[in-house]
Amino acid sequence: MSAIRKKLILVGNGMAGVRAIEHLLKLAPEAYEITIFGSEPHPNYNRIMLSSVLAGGASMDEIIINDLEWYRSFNITLYTGHTVTSIDTVERKVYTDKGIEARYDELILATGSNPFMLPLPGAEKEGVIAFRDIKDTRIMQETSQKYKKALVIGGGLLGLEAARGLLHLGMEVSVVHIHDYIMERQLDEAASVMLRKELEEQGMKFLLKKQSEAILGKKRVKGLLFTDGEVAETDLIVMAVGIKPNIELARKSSIKINRGIIVNDYLETNIPGIYAVGECAEHRGIAYGLVAPLYEQGAVLAKRLAGVPTEGYTGSITSTKLKVSGVDVFSAGQFTEQPGSRALRYQDEIDGVYKKLVIQDDKLIGAVLFGDTNDGAQLFSMIKKSENIKGKEKELLLGISGDALASPKGNRLEGMADDEIICGCNGVSKGAIAEAIQSGGCTSVGQIKACTKASASCGGCKPLVEGLLQLYAGDHVVTVKEGICGCTTLGRDEIVAEIKRMELKTVKEVINVLDWSNEEGCAKCRPSLNYYLGMLWPEEYVDEKESRYTNERYHANIQKDGTYSVVPRIYGGVTSPAELIKIAEVAAKFKVPLVKFTGGQRLDLLGVKKEDLPKMWEELDMASGHAYGKTLRTVKTCVGSTYCRFGTQDALGMGIRLEKAFERLNTPGKVKLAVSGCPRNCAEATIKDFGVVAIDGGWELHIGGNGGVHVRATDLLCVVKTDDEVLEWASAFLQYYRENAGWNERTAQWVERVGLDSIKQALELKEERLALQERIQKTLSLTTDPWKQIVNEPELRKNFEELSQPETV
Amino acid sequence: MTKMLVGNLTDIDIRGSRKFKVGDKEIALFRLSGGEVLAVENKCPHKGGVLSEGMVCGSKVHCPLHDWRIDLHSGAVQAPDSGHVTTYEVEVDHSSGHIYLTI
Repeated sequence: MSAIRKKLILVGNGMAGVRAIEHLLKLAPEAYEITIFGSEPHPNYNRIMLSSVLAGGASMDEIIINDLEWYRSFNITLYTGHTVTSIDTVERKVYTDKGIEARYDELILATGSNPFMLPLPGAEKEGVIAFRDIKDTRIMQETSQKYKKALVIGGGLLGLEAARGLLHLGMEVSVVHIHDYIMERQLDEAASVMLRKELEEQGMKFLLKKQSEAILGKKRVKGLLFTDGEVAETDLIVMAVGIKPNIELARKSSIKINRGIIVNDYLETNIPGIYAVGECAEHRGIAYGLVAPLYEQGAVLAKRLAGVPTEGYTGSITSTKLKVSGVDVFSAGQFTEQPGSRALRYQDEIDGVYKKLVIQDDKLIGAVLFGDTNDGAQLFSMIKKSENIKGKEKELLLGISGDALASPKGNRLEGMADDEIICGCNGVSKGAIAEAIQSGGCTSVGQIKACTKASASCGGCKPLVEGLLQLYAGDHVVTVKEGICGCTTLGRDEIVAEIKRMELKTVKEVINVLDWSNEEGCAKCRPSLNYYLGMLWPEEYVDEKESRYTNERYHANIQKDGTYSVVPRIYGGVTSPAELIKIAEVAAKFKVPLVKFTGGQRLDLLGVKKEDLPKMWEELDMASGHAYGKTLRTVKTCVGSTYCRFGTQDALGMGIRLEKAFERLNTPGKVKLAVSGCPRNCAEATIKDFGVVAIDGGWELHIGGNGGVHVRATDLLCVVKTDDEVLEWASAFLQYYRENAGWNERTAQWVERVGLDSIKQALELKEERLALQERIQKTLSLTTDPWKQIVNEPELRKNFEELSQPETV
Repeated sequence: MTKMLVGNLTDIDIRGSRKFKVGDKEIALFRLSGGEVLAVENKCPHKGGVLSEGMVCGSKVHCPLHDWRIDLHSGAVQAPDSGHVTTYEVEVDHSSGHIYLTI
């Protein structure tokens, strides 16, 4: 247990403050005893999503960011519905309106901001609200059921979202705006006009260049009087003219304020131990009202509190995205022309697309996109980096030119922005990889992987990582002899040769004899050794379940929340009413939350608790579909000659036969098959590991296809006449793949690596094919259905149960 | 500090794991090849992965979700990732096989 924890209090249970706390818990989980005060009666929710709640697209529960369970799990004391009314900065205590007092060592103010209410006569009447929190959202929903007309004052981001929501609720909405075009802070006039036309088509009305003078009505609002003497009738007025930082508490506590609470680059106020973050803070003269800056500030504050070095917060260049449904608008940086800047524009009123780039000193300083905002992220990162774009301006405006796409990989990588993500699985940017090479001293893909995690998951980005290595390390690239993992420098072929030569029979033996650097290997080499040993010694080797990945150990797919999914085998995708009823009954009995058809023509029962798996398998009494392993997954079929008017052969029968022949087979990577009954190829056999396509009087056999990470069409292996020959070739091909590919190498990669001709050659002679077929049949004859085995063996089954309640002694 | 009896050595396979709940916390017990039994909170600091389902290599477990490695003695997440998992004190009575946890 740690030393006495310092007391940290957060005032304001909103996005900015809680975000900082989340960061802090990652950096220093044990450092503070945390208390949070929030005046709203909810846990922390996503204010940005209120528009979606209003529009009916999300429920209140869906926009909660941290539910009460989260606070509990980190032992955070949470007071909802409490407003902190004063701070004693000498005694270091805060006091709430409900009489609670609490001591702090460090205090974060994240009091957010309040909607700015125009001080109009009549503003206190019923039916005059802001659009800021859940309460306002509820009032809008209730009002729409009783009344017809609504006015929104303010044609900015928030106003338009409120108006859009009210339209959704079935009200007639007019937007009142003081300026002559809407969203002038985020858009230039051209984009603004396009947006207005689009919104008018959706039914929104606009009253531009109108200044409000008074709110009319007795108890409830009836209308709005403008300075030009005109009156607009209405049943509801939503004020969305802006926000002002909530600095009341700071003002009373002699903390320095201006528009917001003044903070330095470390979010520190003028009083030691007191910080401010989010919309209530003013940093270098700016109080931000958007999300990204709050996150950036939160990250810096968390580092400060955790004692982790940080360069501080230097301000944010902001971008805007309007989330009004059906209209995509994006803007960033300085998008209005200033003296000394130049602009490029592209306007297409047929497709409703507008694009403007603002350039100064050969750098992109601002952009506006309307209708097609796909480039927003890329442009925004260029603005933030202020990189030189000389000579690339038109390419940026019109999209990447054909020449650029055809350029060698190096150039493309060179031109890529630093924050562009290279590894999508682990979110590693080009910049992070460059840094690992240039200052981290990485000289091989393996080192980059270990240092940044780039290419550590699906491996799809490995070519890009290699390209970057060439680009930044050039001559220094060390062609390290890369072993199958970090525990060894031996490659797959060497390991397999040594296992055969020395007759090594267990994983432990291999690791010891071949001198691994980790005495028990890792999650990569253990499963691969387990596979090689099983492939080489099918009759002697006892499969080591503890060297298999979770899914293969428990014969189900683990999901993100720790539950599992169950996919029973449905041979060739053909089922029956009785089988469907049985699956449905089991799904109902075990309250399976999601039943889904898979891409491979089977049913997936998702969200199953681990302890229910054996019971479900027992009731299903079906074979495992092995939807979780490096093994035969599914055999996809079309209807074939059974019903289809084009079918030339019995695709269903062939699919079922193949699936029954090869189910339960251990293979280097997962294996997918498909059988199409005619050259229309409805079963998409040409992107499978082994694809069978019927032609009149025979079958085409295709190999090495993939529809996943790297799409690859199959190569034609051969054409055969009879069904038995299909089985013979399939057996020979699969066994040759089993004996020669590396673990986790799919057939597509393997065919690319060894070449189609070498495989054709190996399978050319009939006696070779029959020998391979005999070996695969031997292996297959030793397999049993894993689900049945677990159901019947208590020693295996116990691992699915939780231990019983502990007893205090 | 409470000491409780949570199970027996025979409940856990070598290089395997079993889990149980104490209040609203889920705890994972691991049994290493050398016979040592270790306990950690059953929750990866990355995305809450269930550590008891992971592969045990030496005294480390690989989280099944994204392959984060956690040292079961210290609870420290191994580079290139970082973070920490709560560990609990375990005692084994080798005559009876009883496993005790102090929380």
